[in-house]
Amino acid sequence: MKLFPHPVLRLLVLLGVVVTAAAGCENRTVDDGTGDIRVGLYASLTGDGASFGQSSLEGAQLAVEEINNAGGVLGGRSIQLLVEDNQSRPEEASNAVTKLITQDRVVALIGEVASRRTLAAAPVAQRYQVPMITPASTNERVTELGDYIFRICFIDPFQGEVLAKFAYNDLGARRAAVLRDIQQDYSVGLTESIVRNFTALGGQVSDPISYSSGDPDFRAVLTQIRAQNPDVIFATGYYTEAAVIVRQARELGMEMPILGGDGWVGDALANGREALRNTFISNHYSGDNPDPVVQNFVASYRQRFGREPDSIAALSYDAVKVLVDAFERAGSTNGPAVRDALATSSVAGVTGQLTMDANRNVSKPAVIQEVTWENGAVRFVYRTTIDPD
Amino acid sequence: METLLQQIINGLSLGAIYALIALGYTMVYGVLRLINFAHGDVYMLGAFSGYYLAHALGLDGNPSVLGAIVVTIGAMAFCAIVGMLIERFAYKPVRHHPRLTALITAIGVSLLLEYGGQVVFGATPRFFPQMIESRTYALGGVQITNQNLLIILVAVVVMFGLEFIVHRTRIGKAMRATSYNLQVAKLMGINTDRVIAFTFALGSALAAAGGVLVALAIPRIDPLMGLMTGLKAFVAAVLGGIGSIPGAMVGGVLIGLMETGLSATAYSTYRDAVAFGVLILILVVRPAGIFGSTAVEKV
Repeated sequence: MKLFPHPVLRLLVLLGVVVTAAAGCENRTVDDGTGDIRVGLYASLTGDGASFGQSSLEGAQLAVEEINNAGGVLGGRSIQLLVEDNQSRPEEASNAVTKLITQDRVVALIGEVASRRTLAAAPVAQRYQVPMITPASTNERVTELGDYIFRICFIDPFQGEVLAKFAYNDLGARRAAVLRDIQQDYSVGLTESIVRNFTALGGQVSDPISYSSGDPDFRAVLTQIRAQNPDVIFATGYYTEAAVIVRQARELGMEMPILGGDGWVGDALANGREALRNTFISNHYSGDNPDPVVQNFVASYRQRFGREPDSIAALSYDAVKVLVDAFERAGSTNGPAVRDALATSSVAGVTGQLTMDANRNVSKPAVIQEVTWENGAVRFVYRTTIDPD
Repeated sequence: METLLQQIINGLSLGAIYALIALGYTMVYGVLRLINFAHGDVYMLGAFSGYYLAHALGLDGNPSVLGAIVVTIGAMAFCAIVGMLIERFAYKPVRHHPRLTALITAIGVSLLLEYGGQVVFGATPRFFPQMIESRTYALGGVQITNQNLLIILVAVVVMFGLEFIVHRTRIGKAMRATSYNLQVAKLMGINTDRVIAFTFALGSALAAAGGVLVALAIPRIDPLMGLMTGLKAFVAAVLGGIGSIPGAMVGGVLIGLMETGLSATAYSTYRDAVAFGVLILILVVRPAGIFGSTAVEKV
């Protein structure tokens, strides 16, 4: 039996092989030092993570507009932001980055928010030596993928520690249950860290209960958790499922505090409505911080987009600022030069001081916010700041 | 004990959802011997038409029982028309071809609705407005919401209603005759085209009602929501004996209980695998399902 029986099919396969091979050894044209600087943003503008995508796009847009209006970079060159939607799917994230690099010839990349999609796309950027800054992917492994991958947010081993400490010290919890999204590297990594830290503090955690992104019904697993009667529940997945989990937990008469990570920051969390009582998250920044840097950002964002910026928007804004700072210090947009400049970044951002360490991560404090439902909208109320050791 | 009871209630709530959809599968299969794979997607269309209708009526944020009824009926009417259109333009042209042709057409229609839905509605999940205020009833340590009670109630009423239509009315008799032998039924003066159109309209309207009801209890809706739920309902219909109305009900509840039972263990992520494992098992061991025995029993 022939593997590809039809002649047209055979031709297509051949064509595919040739194109792939050509893409692999292609010489990227180097930026000639004039015209706009092309920066790629790949984001989940549609699908489950649409809120992440929208916020990161708006944050980056605002930063780019501010920079261009202030005279641009590298002697008056403007930044041009090229945007690709990945439909919240990891395989599309990797395709989007391939397209941005090989066709749109971007010199640097901003993205993604969800760790799973950054993990899928980062190897492409690394292969082509195009520097990538992820604004909000907290999974530890993201920056381990290569020396062209940077991030400007804290990582999950720290976030898990913050949540565990807050639950144990501030909420006085001793027994905890954890719900994790088995499909998301972010949720799995954060769960691991929470379990490790909460146990180290002297608390008890039952075996994490798994679900998959998109599951519509959590009553069965919540009933099981109810039988264990824990003091707190950690829901380490993303905002869409978090809303349903909180709501169904309250419907089952479970009134204990429910805690989540920065993955709760998204529009669909509002679906939790009144059930969003006694819920807390760890986050990157707090919009009610009186620091003028934060307040200026909040004001210009509100004026530009007519809504309050969330932490994803703030991080994305910062990512562009860090990148532009690196362009200036490198004196060019050449990949290796920008990479070297990024490795020594130290920028005062909206979300705090962004100083790159040897592992291309930054060390930043986390805030704990109480999530509340007021007048038909979700509000994140600042509770405390926890610094890294 | 409390936990067990609660899990049974959870399982019943979930099972009633599958049962509502499985009833539509079974009815179309009963008459046409066609697995209408687009049925789960009609259920999705029901939820979306309800969503737009509820927003048009301004029900988002001000719950009203009357509004909820209007929305449900509107969605049912819309989907009944869609169901008839699907039958007229996708299934009728291939009715006299081998059965496999119709099956592949059904898969095509299903994909068309799913990905057409992504184009029209967008891939981002929407949240269905709370048209009726959510209330939780507690009995002992067992909790159930009014929405879930409503779903269970409607599933039971629909089952008896369908039994009545099929066995006690003229159109039901015509449906049974068409099911038994299309050609002979035609010779006896039955307008089989109309009977088949009616079957699709009824099945699709039920799917729409299911879509709206489920969206009330589990408010997250997206264009692919009918895919997995539809497949599970299909498993339920086969388990109960495809073509049998009480079978669809029993199959749905069994699948719901099984899924809930499994979710309660450490193997919660194997839920879908087990549901489809059941499908394979039942096809190997007892292809007719629990209730499906003789052709006469079939609708």
